[in-house]
Amino acid sequence: MSILIYTESEEGKLKKTAFEIASYARALAGQTGDTVTAVAVNVDNTSELGNYGVDKVLKVSDEKLSRFNARAYADVIKQAAEKEGAKMVIISSSANDKYLAPILAVNLQAGYASNVVALPESTDPFRVKRTAFTNKAFNITEISTDVKLIGLSKNSFGLKEAEGSASEEAFAPSLDDKDFAVRTESVDKTTGKVTIADAEIVVSGGRGLKGPENWGMIEELADVLGAATACSKPVSDMGWRPHSEHVGQTGKPVAANLYVAVGISGAIQHLAGINASKVKVVINSDPEAPFFKAADYGVVGDAFEVVPALVEKLKEFKAQNS
Amino acid sequence: MKILVCISHVPDTTSKINFADGDTRFDTNGVQFVINPNDEFGLTRAMWFKEKQGAAVTVVNIGGPETEPTLRKALAIGADEAIRVNAQPTDGFFVATQLAKVVQDGGYDLVIAGRESIDYNGGMVPGMLASLTGANFVNTCIGLEIEGSEASAIREIDGGKETVKCSLPLIIGGQKGLVEESDLRIPNMRGIMMARQKKLTVLEPEDLQSRTSVVKFEKPAPKGEVKLVSPDNLDELIRMLHNEAKVI
Ligand SMILES: Cc1cc2nc3c(=O)[nH]c(=O)nc-3n(C[C@H](O)[C@H](O)[C@H](O)COP(=O)(O)OP(=O)(O)OC[C@H]3O[C@@H](n4cnc5c(N)ncnc54)[C@H](O)[C@@H]3O)c2cc1C
Ligand SMILES: Cc1cc2nc3c(=O)[nH]c(=O)nc-3n(C[C@H](O)[C@H](O)[C@H](O)COP(=O)(O)OP(=O)(O)OC[C@H]3O[C@@H](n4cnc5c(N)ncnc54)[C@H](O)[C@@H]3O)c2cc1C
Repeated sequence: MSILIYTESEEGKLKKTAFEIASYARALAGQTGDTVTAVAVNVDNTSELGNYGVDKVLKVSDEKLSRFNARAYADVIKQAAEKEGAKMVIISSSANDKYLAPILAVNLQAGYASNVVALPESTDPFRVKRTAFTNKAFNITEISTDVKLIGLSKNSFGLKEAEGSASEEAFAPSLDDKDFAVRTESVDKTTGKVTIADAEIVVSGGRGLKGPENWGMIEELADVLGAATACSKPVSDMGWRPHSEHVGQTGKPVAANLYVAVGISGAIQHLAGINASKVKVVINSDPEAPFFKAADYGVVGDAFEVVPALVEKLKEFKAQNS
Repeated sequence: MKILVCISHVPDTTSKINFADGDTRFDTNGVQFVINPNDEFGLTRAMWFKEKQGAAVTVVNIGGPETEPTLRKALAIGADEAIRVNAQPTDGFFVATQLAKVVQDGGYDLVIAGRESIDYNGGMVPGMLASLTGANFVNTCIGLEIEGSEASAIREIDGGKETVKCSLPLIIGGQKGLVEESDLRIPNMRGIMMARQKKLTVLEPEDLQSRTSVVKFEKPAPKGEVKLVSPDNLDELIRMLHNEAKVI
């Protein structure tokens, strides 16, 4: 039997999370003796999936699917799962995948565990670890249905290369007009900028920066690190930065490799949303700021001195290491 | 227009999370419960539809009697009536199935739920509800207008937003942006008094098997000490991030 993964793409290219879920599925297949099949929508080149242990790729190319549509994409994945007789379906935790997942779960009559952070601790009964209470805890969830749907948290498993190559097969699911009842009228997306969701590094600024005019140095720090910019809630509430940059419990979740917090005190609601990040660096003038307790590295100092100095040092470092 | 707002009853965002009975149960001792923040944004948007477009607003929770103060608070904010389906939820699918019955029986045009409940973080109830009832579904919704039987919604996407259109009935997974933080309402005395008189119907649940269950909870491993670097020694910070943490 095969494990089915849905490999997400953007503008015809696979996203990094596609390789992470491929790695996860390969490791799971190692436990269960299954093979790994990927389904990809409108992706030209899928050969790289073989390097992460995918055995077969179902390639869908359909003009109607050129824009993401949750019901239609859920329908594609459902039909792929049925065709492969897959008992385990694995997707990522991107906003789009979280949108389609519950629809897919109902249509496949699958139990769905979201925000999964590890391989199952047992496959019979099927038990996986996931985060709950906005990163304040984990729970072990048992899925009791025949078909299981898993949403893997970003950066929780990592990329694991494997030997092999993936065969390719064209796949043409039959789509219903009803799948397209929600119509996209316009998309407003900043191009050429790393998004918080995709970023490996996020640089975030808080109220300690005093005003929107001081964000230049935050953007410079983000630039030199190839990072996305983010902010605390009051900063977006006051309109210093757009709402789309608000991270935390009521904002966007961050699961980056590196999170740099500048002038953010580290309130519990802020921490809950960013705690899934691997390494946290805090720059704050107050040695008592609660964020230091949640940080891996800290600099006690004035952001207006530390950040520009850090930008210069990072530029030197990048010049030497490139 | 008939609107149903789904209200998850969750620990206050500042709550310490502890577990009881050998880490098999969330310990509610000393925990303050509130309307799930995403649902509060949705409820406030529903109030706008009520005041500007004459919508009737019902709030619903699937939960035990302990969730009634949370429903009363929603009534005090301005909802017209409340429904509680008397069951202890076991997973998102269970909740969605119970809600589907309420939605079908009540003939709602618009169901406003939250993108995610901050306790179990399933992020699945509204999407499942849409699939079960056949209604249209827009997730991570940050803007919503209704005209006649047509809806126009703004959805947050990675790196931006998109505008979508569809017909009612519609279910949304809402979040901040539906209204601004400053639009949120604190119930006043009059609202609280009136809420006591409003109808709160208790329904018995549909019999149903959950598809997932929580076997055990765990707390994250305690964090190691922070490594402090002097502002005069930022090279050391870069060295550690490169060699030790391997993130740059
Ligand atoms: C229901 C609810 C949900 C919430 N959700 C979120 C959420 O999702 N995300 C979120 O961020 N918050 C959230 N909050 C708000 C949260 O409680 C805090 O109020 C907020 O995170 C504080 O933002 P801040 O750290 O930027 O500001 P402050 O707490 O004011 O901290 C500013 C920090 O900057 C430091 N500083 C000052 N000057 C300098 C300088 N020159 N150099 C360096 N450091 C300096 C100060 O020492 C201080 O630590 C929520 C609150 C509630 C009640
Ligand atoms: C003391 C206590 C113990 C609980 N134990 C469990 C448990 O062991 N397992 C478990 O899965 N759940 C439990 N719940 C219920 C939990 O609070 C959620 O209602 C439910 O599990 C859905 O979680 P989710 O994360 O999938 O929701 P999500 O899909 O993240 O929720 C999204 C949206 O759906 C709506 N919604 C969610 N839940 C409800 C609801 N109950 N009533 C009305 N609308 C709702 C809200 O609009 C919410 O914003 C418990 C609740 C309490 C108070």
